Amino acid sequence: MSNINSPAVDVLIIGGGNAALCAALMAREAGATVLLLEAAPREYRGGNSSHTRNLRCMHDAPQDVLTEAYPEEEFWQDLYKVTGGNTNEQLARLAIRGSSQCRDWMRKHGVHFQPSLSGTLQLSRTNAFFMGGGKALVNAYYRSAEALGVQIRYESPVDRMEIVDGQFQAAWVGGQRIAAKACVMAAGGFESNRKWLREAWGQNADGEWPADNFAIRGTRFNQGVLLKAMMNAGADFIGDPSQSHCVAVDARAPLYDGGICTRIDCVSLGIVVNKFARRFYDEGEDFWPKRYAIWGRLVAQQPSQVGYSIIDAKAVGRFMPPVFPGTQADTLEDLARQLGLDAATFVQTVSDYNAACRVGTFDHTVLDDCHTEGLLPAKTHWALPIDKAPFYAYPLKPGITFTYLGLKINEEAAVHFAGKPSRNLFVAGEMMAGNVLGKGYTAGVGMTIGTVFGRIAGTQAAKAVLEKGVEHAGA
Amino acid sequence: MQALEKLVGEARSLATGELSPSANEAEVGRIMSICNACRYCEGFCAVFPAMTRRLEFGQADIHYLANLCHNCGACLHACQYAPPHEFAVNVPQAMAKVRGETYSSYAWPRALGRLYKNNGLTVALALAFSFALFLLLTVQVTGGLLHEPLAGNFFAIFPHNTLALMFGAVFGYAILALSLGVRRFWGEVSPGEISGEASAEAAGNVLRLKYLDGGHGQGCNNEDDAYTLLRRRFHHFTFYGFMLCFAATSVATLYHYLLDLHAPYALNSLPVMLGIAGGIGLLIGPTGLLWLNLKRHPLHGDAAQKPMDRGFIALLLLTSLTGLLLLALRDTSAMGLLLAIHLGVVMALFLTLPYGKFAHGIFRSAALLKWSIEKRQPNGLQLGAE
Repeated sequence: MSNINSPAVDVLIIGGGNAALCAALMAREAGATVLLLEAAPREYRGGNSSHTRNLRCMHDAPQDVLTEAYPEEEFWQDLYKVTGGNTNEQLARLAIRGSSQCRDWMRKHGVHFQPSLSGTLQLSRTNAFFMGGGKALVNAYYRSAEALGVQIRYESPVDRMEIVDGQFQAAWVGGQRIAAKACVMAAGGFESNRKWLREAWGQNADGEWPADNFAIRGTRFNQGVLLKAMMNAGADFIGDPSQSHCVAVDARAPLYDGGICTRIDCVSLGIVVNKFARRFYDEGEDFWPKRYAIWGRLVAQQPSQVGYSIIDAKAVGRFMPPVFPGTQADTLEDLARQLGLDAATFVQTVSDYNAACRVGTFDHTVLDDCHTEGLLPAKTHWALPIDKAPFYAYPLKPGITFTYLGLKINEEAAVHFAGKPSRNLFVAGEMMAGNVLGKGYTAGVGMTIGTVFGRIAGTQAAKAVLEKGVEHAGA
Repeated sequence: MQALEKLVGEARSLATGELSPSANEAEVGRIMSICNACRYCEGFCAVFPAMTRRLEFGQADIHYLANLCHNCGACLHACQYAPPHEFAVNVPQAMAKVRGETYSSYAWPRALGRLYKNNGLTVALALAFSFALFLLLTVQVTGGLLHEPLAGNFFAIFPHNTLALMFGAVFGYAILALSLGVRRFWGEVSPGEISGEASAEAAGNVLRLKYLDGGHGQGCNNEDDAYTLLRRRFHHFTFYGFMLCFAATSVATLYHYLLDLHAPYALNSLPVMLGIAGGIGLLIGPTGLLWLNLKRHPLHGDAAQKPMDRGFIALLLLTSLTGLLLLALRDTSAMGLLLAIHLGVVMALFLTLPYGKFAHGIFRSAALLKWSIEKRQPNGLQLGAE
């Protein structure tokens, strides 16, 4: 081994997803030598990026796969709305503007775009889809990085950071010390750390630990080790440590990596009951893409963190097909029995709902006029009686997508210690997304933040180690 | 008890003409249910858009999708659910296994469908038989395998009409058997009326091998997640090389019967030039395909079908190799021997056309035509805003 005090590389990238790869590519293109440490083995590389499918992009006129225009102001308003103002406008606008300039660079590194997928027409204006999804993007970036001479090490989880006076010295993988002149951390949040999640969600009034019943929609490798290390190092943080983005997924989803296909899209076409066979929220409040995140939390608040989406034969063919088959029965009693619900209560719940339905002109593509009257909670749209056999049920549970806790940064993506930016330690992706996305979510914005701040972090890290600070085209 | 139920089920299936799904078909059904809930791969090829028009995957749908799949590999490398994920989604492999089964089940006559299994043996036997046939005939005609140079006159050994009859009959049989097989396939899913527009599009997709372009034009996958156009190009060399050889033979036949111009033809004559061009294509194409096949990612396709793939490639390669050699040495005393070998190879190729890898082009083309028709039909599903 070489002298442990002389860094082997200029820039060390910790993490192996979209933001890490963007940083690695930019730093390498700027002339720095780069080593990337991915915690996962090669077949699970890419973290949550492998489960993504698009990038939310600002554009002022139609572009290849993007229709119409999505100007900066509208993007900003959307972001402001979903975060409830819990965002840093300066950094948010930086991300938005950056999203309008990164796609040619992405293409150069092998990413292919395609028009919005079937069933996602509402995103055709705002989101550029990756052909083949996020894993194809991740594969392309790794190929490009290897071709450019970025060193890549898999199965290399960093367990310790060496930081002196806010300056990065080295990272430790197992017993090995890896020194570098600058470092970009892009290693994801802590959502895969079940113990941490358990603490963050705490215990409910029934004595349950709700987080024990959550599925993690993405990678199992986001253990939050670096977040913990930075807490111990005294870095400045942002975002609520107890909060995470949480959606309703099929309760039969695997513990990790269930990804997109475990979603259940029929909630607004029927009713949802809890394990006591009672409804608990307006299923028809708004379009499902605008409500699935709320339902994650709603189900998390139910006993045993479980719900059952109930539809009848009329709904079949009107929603994206779920990955697991629904429980099917010819009578409501039989459906309740199969689900282990109290049949009498269940039938009562459905009859009450059916009796309250005021059916107008059903149209699941608009906020229609079919609603309930005199029912609590009400169903305000798409309220059709559940009366046509066969009946179907899909079990729901909360699925965690990502956590909001992150490191506070400036426009250079520099980590801060007591309000002072580090000269050589930068952060990108989920570890800093909270600066822009303090809460809430809108499709593709995670990839926007990861791409834009990954590119910035890589550029700044290279600049920090190269005396002249190479100017990068398009950075 | 279960065994009895299975027997009863099978008997019922036989009576109704419907077969219970095989394990491979069930696997495609399982995988399509996962893909239909994900849909990230829609841009790669026609399989996924065809899938999104369905909520359930019956046997006929599975056969159709399996034959529509070009085994390009793009969706495997892009798949977030590929092994080692517990969903173990491997579309190209599942499709390839079903495809292999469909070749057998569509074969005419049905009893010969088993020739697709252990296809390496089928090809070897066909080749051995054909060699033996033509070598024996040569010995019988010339009294030995070598002879005085005959200035390239093949017909001094085998009369033209004899060859025309032998090969015409075998080729005619191959066309008949494949047509009846395709008719069986076509009848399973009836997508609607064939329009000129749909036919033209399907023909274009076949002749350009559109779905080996990856959806973005950079090609398909071979040994890893990088895209390559080589598989597409080598297919083109093979296919167009084959067609040029076919054209050479057809032109020569027309010369013979219509213009009374008899072989041997000069090197600069149309049949020989077509044959040389085709032969070169058929050298480059199969060599490249064999090289790619040997390097292919182990999770692509069905390993059990490799002997079939390579058997067919070998026959094509031997066809061009022996044909060009025959042309080069047609003025020597080895012509008869080389002619017997070349005719043996071509005969083996023709004999195995309806019971070997050649069938993939036929069923793939039919599936592409189905897709071109189907995509022009209104979609019955209204899945709404997702």
